[in-house]
Amino acid sequence: MGLILTEDQLILRDMASSFFAEKSPVARMRALRDSRDDTGFSRELWKEMAELGWIGIPFPESVGGADMGYGELATVLVECGRVLAPQPFLSTVLLGGNAVLLGGSEALHKELLPSVCSGDRILCLAFQEQGRFAPHRVETSATSDGDGFRIRGRKQFVLDGHVADQIVTLARTASTPGDRAGLSLFVVDAGAPGVTVERTELIDGRNAACITFDDVAVGGARVLGEIDGGADILDTVFDRATIGLCAEMLGTFEEAFERTLEYLKIREQFGVKIGTFQALRHRAAHMFGELEFARSVVLDATSAIDDDRDDVAECASATKARCSDVANLIGGEAIQMHGGIGMTDEEDIGLFFKRLKAAELTLGDAIYHRKRFAGLCGY
Amino acid sequence: MSSTPIEDFRQEVRDWIEDTLPSDLRVGNRKDLPRDSLRNWLKALSEHGWVAPDWPTEYGGGGLDRKHAAVVKAELKRVRAPAVRSFGISMLGPTLLEFGTEEQKREFLPPIARNRIRWCQGYSEPGAGSDLASLQTRAVRDGDDYVITGQKIWTTGADAADWIFCLVRTDPKAPKHEGISFILFPMKQPGVEVSPLTLIDGSADFSQVFFDGARAQAKHIIGPVNGGWTVAKRLLQHERSTDGGSEGGITNTPKDTLVDLVKREVGLDDGVLADPAMRQRLAAQELESRALRLTMRRAAEQARAGQTARDIGSLGKYRWANMVKDQQDIAMLALGTQGLGWTGCGVDPTQLDRTRAWLTTRADSIWGGTNEVQLNVIAKRVLQIPE
Repeated sequence: MGLILTEDQLILRDMASSFFAEKSPVARMRALRDSRDDTGFSRELWKEMAELGWIGIPFPESVGGADMGYGELATVLVECGRVLAPQPFLSTVLLGGNAVLLGGSEALHKELLPSVCSGDRILCLAFQEQGRFAPHRVETSATSDGDGFRIRGRKQFVLDGHVADQIVTLARTASTPGDRAGLSLFVVDAGAPGVTVERTELIDGRNAACITFDDVAVGGARVLGEIDGGADILDTVFDRATIGLCAEMLGTFEEAFERTLEYLKIREQFGVKIGTFQALRHRAAHMFGELEFARSVVLDATSAIDDDRDDVAECASATKARCSDVANLIGGEAIQMHGGIGMTDEEDIGLFFKRLKAAELTLGDAIYHRKRFAGLCGY
Repeated sequence: MSSTPIEDFRQEVRDWIEDTLPSDLRVGNRKDLPRDSLRNWLKALSEHGWVAPDWPTEYGGGGLDRKHAAVVKAELKRVRAPAVRSFGISMLGPTLLEFGTEEQKREFLPPIARNRIRWCQGYSEPGAGSDLASLQTRAVRDGDDYVITGQKIWTTGADAADWIFCLVRTDPKAPKHEGISFILFPMKQPGVEVSPLTLIDGSADFSQVFFDGARAQAKHIIGPVNGGWTVAKRLLQHERSTDGGSEGGITNTPKDTLVDLVKREVGLDDGVLADPAMRQRLAAQELESRALRLTMRRAAEQARAGQTARDIGSLGKYRWANMVKDQQDIAMLALGTQGLGWTGCGVDPTQLDRTRAWLTTRADSIWGGTNEVQLNVIAKRVLQIPE
């Protein structure tokens, strides 16, 4: 794979672009937010996307997937990001789905993944216990109980946790909070006794949940990967999910930048178009550069996964460090260049701004990923 | 030769380089290369036609098609062979191939390809930097000649140059872009005075050049009289295509990598840089160079695939300039006061290379179009924001 879209990917891009423009313009996301829709996204649209094969892109054919690559998945995610479609790609496919795919037994694959691919099952990954991204700082415990385990603890910011059918739960089976060792992953049914799910509506119109586990029983067959070895799976899950999230962000960058650029060309002050001011022209040119750099690192990262390269982790952090900074830049400049109108809820640019901030802070910010990149590079 | 299957040809090129290029030259474009060795190598290279592998043979080139010429260039680069530092090859030659008359090509291209004439570039003037078209050096017709009066600045290698390609004003009454001609004339003549210019890094590669009645032949105007601006801009594109994160300039490139330097000076604590802020700064720099490299590669892939893409020439120059400057800023931070020594006690050559590189790279966001000019170009030409 190279750094450009293949002919097939270009066709997929055009398809996805028209699909989202027609079925899920930004106005639909706004309507879902304003109506405080119970689901927060459109299940019908999710089913249609499944029929097109998009949900199943990274899953093997044996479980109903399309067995395609991250190049294809990213192509769809970019278009999804353009219209701010709040579809549960991150929760169900990239986080929960990947955890099951990478760590689940054949029985779990058969039980869960076909209905994920068909768009009927929503998954989530419950890992976070505090605001800053620190995946190993886990206090939630799972203690051995006969053939199974009992989980106690509380998670927050569980994306789409309010409607997930299964909660892939990260809990500590050994060692102490902060340690990479001693973590394990469990598939917990949302309806299991002792599970309490409380919805959180987020600034970007998306939804998450606080989930409390009060002595929740889970069978030994529902462990993903090895007991105490959950972090190994988690690393790959986060790398792939991060790269996918960055692809979605790229689409949001493109649209926010294009809208802002358009505004510079039409808005008049002091009797001239504001785009004639050099201060704004230079900043627009700089944003363009950041956008192009973001595109390069995203495309490199997706081909790293698809080519099974050994630098996927470096790519994931290189990409998220860049995209987090670009999110802050383009989001901030979009509001600033729109001026007062950009502060109003009525103007769409604020929706882009808020989505970009949410994405910036999700799965690690630029500081986290630069630190991780440095560590991977031996300094 | 162009009909040879490409991989056989590559092997041929490798064998030839292996036999011809001494190992002490395989270190890139450093200033401190052994002189005799370098001279012999460049002579062998030009006699083989590989100084300009893609120029036609009748003009002294290698007569290779693009693919084969690219193999020669790639193989030379792979072994870090010193490139021919010649404005004739990189800038004037391609411009002559495009705009020169047959007679001009036959007169000037073969000596360029054989590296026999040293050229310098007479573009900038004290009052014409970023706004190059406001240049004032005059050329007045006198029989078959033009008489040149005025001043150029930032002329690289003017003291050693045999000839100059020079922008002159041939019609002072026309709008500024329409009265300029592109002319060639010898430097070694009365009426040409060269005065070296010492820069902040201590180097003196640039000069000021004063013309007072210097003479040029009218037949050595390239392109139409008063139509030199188009030729001049095209030549600048050749200049820009030689940087943009690929070759870079010729500097005293420090021998250790930035990461090694920072590790050594800042120290490691449990395998991790002891100063978290420096760690962030260094990682950001490494990520920047990675993203720039990928962006240039992506542009090349797009061009090869025939996909339409936004022009990233100016972007590449802008980001490359900032990147190399930031690298040296970080090096200076890591060195601390150790980076301040110039001569005398405690000054070692490795550190001085760094200090000079820091000073030298200040120019990268100025020459070849300042950062501000590149941003103007992006806003106007790429983003098409009306002015």
